[in-house]
Amino acid sequence: MLKKTLHISSSPHIFKGHTTDQIMKNVVWALLPVVFYSVYAFGWNALLVIATATLGSVITEHVLCRLSKKETTIADYSAVITGILLGLTLPPAFPLWMAFVGGALGIALGKYIFGGLGYNVFNPALVARAVLQAAFPVAITTWHPAFLPDRFSEVASSVLALPLMQPQYDVISGATPLSAFKFEGYTTPASELAFGLVSGSAGETCAVIIILGGIYLIARNMMNWRIPAAVLLSAFLLSGALYLVNSELYPSPVFMLFSGGLMLGAVFMATDMVSSPITPLGLWIYGAIIGVLTIVIRVWGGLPEGVMYSILLANAISPQIDRLIKNRVYGTTPKMKAV
Amino acid sequence: MTNNPPPSAKKITSTDEFIKGLWRDNPVFVQVLGMCPVLAVSNTAENALAMGLATAFVLLMSNILVSLLRNFVPKQVRIASYILIIATFVTVTDYAIQAISVELHKALGAFISLIVVNCLILSRAEAFASKNTVSKSVLDALGMGLGFTFALLCLGAVRELLGNGSLFGLAVFPEGFQSWIVMILPAGGFFTLAAWLLVINALQTKKA
Amino acid sequence: MSETVNIASQNPAGSTKMLKAMVGIGVLSALLIVVTFELTQPRVQQLKAEALEKAIFEVLPGAVSSRTFGVNAEGKLIAPDTEESPVSLVYAGYDSADQLVGYAVEASGQGYADKIRILYGYNPKQQQIIGFQVLESKETPGLGDKIEKEQRFLDNFTALDVGLNKEGNIANKVTTVKQGAKVNAWEIDGITGATISSRAVGDIIGSSTEEVIPLLFDNYKMMETPKANPKKNENDDK
Repeated sequence: MLKKTLHISSSPHIFKGHTTDQIMKNVVWALLPVVFYSVYAFGWNALLVIATATLGSVITEHVLCRLSKKETTIADYSAVITGILLGLTLPPAFPLWMAFVGGALGIALGKYIFGGLGYNVFNPALVARAVLQAAFPVAITTWHPAFLPDRFSEVASSVLALPLMQPQYDVISGATPLSAFKFEGYTTPASELAFGLVSGSAGETCAVIIILGGIYLIARNMMNWRIPAAVLLSAFLLSGALYLVNSELYPSPVFMLFSGGLMLGAVFMATDMVSSPITPLGLWIYGAIIGVLTIVIRVWGGLPEGVMYSILLANAISPQIDRLIKNRVYGTTPKMKAV
Repeated sequence: MTNNPPPSAKKITSTDEFIKGLWRDNPVFVQVLGMCPVLAVSNTAENALAMGLATAFVLLMSNILVSLLRNFVPKQVRIASYILIIATFVTVTDYAIQAISVELHKALGAFISLIVVNCLILSRAEAFASKNTVSKSVLDALGMGLGFTFALLCLGAVRELLGNGSLFGLAVFPEGFQSWIVMILPAGGFFTLAAWLLVINALQTKKA
Repeated sequence: MSETVNIASQNPAGSTKMLKAMVGIGVLSALLIVVTFELTQPRVQQLKAEALEKAIFEVLPGAVSSRTFGVNAEGKLIAPDTEESPVSLVYAGYDSADQLVGYAVEASGQGYADKIRILYGYNPKQQQIIGFQVLESKETPGLGDKIEKEQRFLDNFTALDVGLNKEGNIANKVTTVKQGAKVNAWEIDGITGATISSRAVGDIIGSSTEEVIPLLFDNYKMMETPKANPKKNENDDK
């Protein structure tokens, strides 16, 4: 690598052995079982949606790199992860053109505007989903039933909607467990939730597989275990406390943990390295903010699900978290006074 | 626009006074002034046009009056007098719009009254009208006002086209068009403004 | 640029001069505003009245003229030109034969985004709500604003039961149910995807009718007691 005799580089000078694309590749490996299971549950629809979202991100990454006359960075897998994660947060019968637009927006607005990989303030996949949610609120809340008998022989007509045209739905499933709870007061059994026998986003299905993927990444030291631990623990404690106060009004903490996108968000989205804090204590605070906000939005907010907005909000303040708890080097600047 | 002289190089002609607000010093795309109405009432082309013209009218009238009174107003109370003059014309505009159409008044809502604090108008009064003749101030106000209207229309057209599939209320896309709800929400204003700033900046850098 | 006068280079003026300038401009401003107000006000009033009348005729199909009544603090109907100041307003609509079509009542309540203001038409003969219109709402375009646009939802309000029981109260409070779950005549078939907004409409109508309808019905009976036969049923046409 060193061609010149004198090489000047800034810190860090000691590398741990994992390069960015190694880690990214492993995240993709950990995500693949989740993808497989959602394809198993939702059929070709889910596969097409996830593939198109990924295609949208990768193409946009390539084009933007070319436009800014940089070497293309699609080989580092980060755009692939953005696309897969976005695809997993979308309803399985989401129109393909919207998924493509989402993938492109995630990279352009979520990542490239800030300067590319390593500079993004927010998780790009969630930026994409937030924009899609605001742009197409109907399509993104129209769910498709899981385990339809014809899921491997037919593709839903909504998936193949022409670009810029409204999707037509042939089968609309009932509510997701969270909206069923919010609007009808019905609590889905936890066993159904854990194995993803319910409708929801493509990746909001089998919590068990998501946890296994997370454990794999933690074991390989490619993900900080504190974030998912903090998110899940804080969500569990808060919803548990509410459940103890009034078990009629509030759902059980187990339901809260396994329903919706909390598991996927805690394991694969909140752990985005660039948009999370770097200090161990900071990670705990960051995770706890996500967990608490999610429960607050679910219980008291207007929306049935709040994982996306909680993570985006926590992303926004993660530099401040680090700044607040930073150790003061002895003998340097005096302690910051409360402003 | 092809050979804009630098501000101090040549004698500034009256055409330049007019043109500068439209393009080179466009209040929205270059000076980025008056963002509150730009973002808030550009959700349809019609609202944008109405807001732009209302602002242009207030700007024109206040520029004329400020320029007329420029030797009469002592400098200590000049800002207070400008605001008083601007607020008067805003109130006049408010009544006029109500008399034209109650619906339009409802759509523009509080943003008509907020023209008072549109920093574009105050900045033209302070930076230009208070130092120049009436005829020059009129040209300046017309250029800036129309430039503001043009920019609002640019935003309004894009937002209405994507957010509603129409332009000035007439459907552009065929039946079944999926509207991008976000574009008519406040967030869409920020997206569209950013996109236009990108385009205008690219164009102006190329020319320069 | 010889005529340019730089304000900053002027000598600081005395307070008399400042006072003169401010008062002068203030008087000028006041004059301008008063003149415009006087010129525009008749037309503004006329436009507002027209808009309101249009809304009243919309929720009371068949009505061609209207009268405004006030509701005073004790909950009694009062004529508009009495000295008492009304707490809220009720509009009575009459058809071309000068027969009462019904009452238009304004109500408001919290929606998903902001307050929703609605107007609904009440027919005391049939004891039903026969029309509904959203006057003002900031519900999400595409989702919550279906309460204004979706025909299936608006069809709820062509014959919504607000009949009274023996005690003179609403027998069954109007509520919104899940889309497709409407069984009874006093239920509003909700909108999937606009759950909160459609429920808000149900709540607004529910609480407003409980308060106002018994009053309106009493008043109607007092006015109509001599004639017993209900005449026209053409109100259902629309």
